[in-house]
Amino acid sequence: MSDVVLVVEDLQMELFSGEPIVEDVSFQLEPGKVLGLVGESGSGKTTTALALLGYTRPGVRIAGGTVTVCGRTLTGRPERELRRLRGQLIAYVPQDPASSLNPSVRVGDQVGDLLRRHAPDRDLDREVARTLELVQLPSSREFRRRFPHQLSGGQQQRIAIAAALVCRPAVVVLDEPTTGLDVVTQSHLLEEIGLLRQEMELAIVYVSHDLAVVASLADQIAVMYAGRIVEEGQAAGVLAAPRHPYTWGLLSSVPDPHEPRRLRSIPGVAVGVGDRPDGCAFAPRCPQRVGVCVQAMPTLDRIQPDWRVRCFEWHRTPTLAPEARTAARLSAGPMPPVLGVEGLRAEHRGRDSTTVAARDVSFAISPGECLALVGESGSGKTTIARCIAGLHAPTRGRIVLDGTPLAPLAGRRPREARRRIQIVFQNPNDSLNPRHLVADTIARPARVLRKLSRKEAQHAVGELLERVRLPAGLAKRFPSELSGGERQRVAIARALAAHPDLVVCDEITSALDVSVQAAVLELLATLRAELGLALLFITHDLGVVASIADRVLVLEDGLLCEEGPVGPLLSRPQHEYTRRLVAAAPSLTELRAPV
Amino acid sequence: MTALAARLRFARTGSGRFGLAACFLLLALILIGPLFAPHDPAGIVGSPLQRPDANFLLGTDSLGRDVLSRVLWGGRSIVGLAALATGLAYVVGIAIGLVAGYSRTLVDPLLMRAMDVILAFPPLLFLLVLATGAGQNVDVLVFGVATVHVPSIARIVRAATQETAVRGYVEASVARGERVHAVLRHEILPNILGTVLADAGIRLTGSIIIIASVNFLGLGLQPPAADWALMIAENRGGTTLQPWAVAAPAFLIAFLTVAVNLVADAVARSLGRSTAQKRVAR
Repeated sequence: MSDVVLVVEDLQMELFSGEPIVEDVSFQLEPGKVLGLVGESGSGKTTTALALLGYTRPGVRIAGGTVTVCGRTLTGRPERELRRLRGQLIAYVPQDPASSLNPSVRVGDQVGDLLRRHAPDRDLDREVARTLELVQLPSSREFRRRFPHQLSGGQQQRIAIAAALVCRPAVVVLDEPTTGLDVVTQSHLLEEIGLLRQEMELAIVYVSHDLAVVASLADQIAVMYAGRIVEEGQAAGVLAAPRHPYTWGLLSSVPDPHEPRRLRSIPGVAVGVGDRPDGCAFAPRCPQRVGVCVQAMPTLDRIQPDWRVRCFEWHRTPTLAPEARTAARLSAGPMPPVLGVEGLRAEHRGRDSTTVAARDVSFAISPGECLALVGESGSGKTTIARCIAGLHAPTRGRIVLDGTPLAPLAGRRPREARRRIQIVFQNPNDSLNPRHLVADTIARPARVLRKLSRKEAQHAVGELLERVRLPAGLAKRFPSELSGGERQRVAIARALAAHPDLVVCDEITSALDVSVQAAVLELLATLRAELGLALLFITHDLGVVASIADRVLVLEDGLLCEEGPVGPLLSRPQHEYTRRLVAAAPSLTELRAPV
Repeated sequence: MTALAARLRFARTGSGRFGLAACFLLLALILIGPLFAPHDPAGIVGSPLQRPDANFLLGTDSLGRDVLSRVLWGGRSIVGLAALATGLAYVVGIAIGLVAGYSRTLVDPLLMRAMDVILAFPPLLFLLVLATGAGQNVDVLVFGVATVHVPSIARIVRAATQETAVRGYVEASVARGERVHAVLRHEILPNILGTVLADAGIRLTGSIIIIASVNFLGLGLQPPAADWALMIAENRGGTTLQPWAVAAPAFLIAFLTVAVNLVADAVARSLGRSTAQKRVAR
């Protein structure tokens, strides 16, 4: 046991009100290994990660169990002692580097900060330089004198990692380190994390919601649901043949860029902290539930020497059988496009500079088609969406609806044109007016664009909620009372209320958990089939593209660089940029193949 | 129900509860006090500057009018005018701020520079000039005090509007082709009202003080109106003989501003807390 650096035993955490939020979490980690701590929002993964440093967020306390790093127990120590150990034994890299780095402190000083506190006698300059080199950043004086805002997102995250590594801890906790980064940057960073653990014999706890990313890095995986570990074992085994139905469901909802397949979502909604049931927390959503599941919480049983599962019925969990997606092109012959974009050029005028978001972009969408517009952040895809919706006036070029050119701004377009093009926004938290009831939000487009009476619109609300698979009772609630997935469904229902021919979906799943994302994508596919909707699907996630789109446009710096049907484009990308994107996209298939 | 509870949460703190009680007490005094006035507030009922006795509980003023009766009547003008001026300021300020914040044309800088011009005048000086130029009456007073408040309200509303105008729900309504006033009224206004009204209490206090000052200087309400500030001005010569004629209205003005301030503070604090909680919940 001497080669174990991190031991967590029976960790229990609760709110001050006594509500348990993390329960009997135990695991061990050896040097040079990566543990992927996976879970959706609210599963308690970040709370657990922070507890590894003996830290709790305000209002939370460690109620029991021990965390031991290099033979030293962290739990139960006073804060003063903990502060001496943090950074030396175990370090934490917070989620969002843009907000975790102090904007008014030079990056070199931020990296050296821990060292100054813990080992003031060491040569600060040299250590900082070495640590920066370790994370592949320039160690020059000039670079170290920069402020965080002068660095790119990937560089910021590296600074945060360097700051954690500067005292050479034995264990590093990385909390969603690549969330918010572009795929290409993400794949570079993942590669470097892999190198670091080899070079430094570093034990890494990698917290993430993204199974595909974890798959590329982790040796061990622990899946959390409702505050408990439900499955833990060797990464390859767990990912290839999950034994817990939640892990199974999660893996079935991950889209894959290399293998277009139908996503299967997990039915139901994740339980919140306050309303965890007596029995297994997953039982209400579980397809293989039996009587005992709702009465007793199963224990985390060892099914193989290094594989533990918390399920009574684990042997019944089916094998993963991804179902290939059948291309759903219904149209027989070529149809006139519903929407055309011709020679579009769009700019953002700043005070003293102009950025070009789209240069000479042309494409067309056929009725009932799902066209994906792919590109990294800053490639101009959202601006194109806004031009189509009439929210941004293009500098040149035009938008053509059924052969008729449209006015640049929505206010000047005829009502019929506004009705036929609808847009759904990225962030469900701010696309619904917090002061309006769900019913009013959905009814508004029906009243304004279809001129329905109040009564007809109310009736339509009921139908639309059903159509997006939401209970009718939601109509009388405010957005703050809904989950992220429910909000996004309401936003979709609002778009459908206008009876559109084309829905522009601007990154609509990027703020959602994978299982929720799968459910929303499933819903969109059904709606397309039912209503013959055309979709312009804007995303940076090639996995999502593979599971929904018919045709793909790749956008680089405002220029279309490749266009083609989804299958060939993803399997045999022609353009250099597309190739890079495809190569960088995290995927589960590569890993599963050898098993 | 929960919304109501959240709104009343400010009453939970000690100072908030005290302020609320004091406000109710003063409001009662101002509204139904005149019913209990023992004498005609404008009538000369005794000899000047009499000390308190059984007939005149707070004595008489420099003209021989009953101080208690005048105190009971004298709150209406000050509170009423302050509320009216503050309300007017909010209506105009919100309208200007919304238009300026939402407009992306020259309207915005034009409106805001006009606001800056008003802001450049010291409030009291502005009111004095206004009173001298436009006459010393109630309408001018209300208009003047409202004008003093409008620029700062408009600035806050403009900033909040700009922040809200880029939200998805606003863009969705723009893409629907809603008219500008519908966007402003349905989508933006309900979401910024909390922020904008957070300092309403402090503004009301400000109005009370300004109106009291102007009345005291003799440029607002004119004698023989019963008004607390005016009473202080009229009777300050006789303070040594009959301190009550000055002390009673002065105390009430002080009490009023403190009470309104306490409530305003408590409301602002509870609003801040509830938004902070929401952020944690995210």
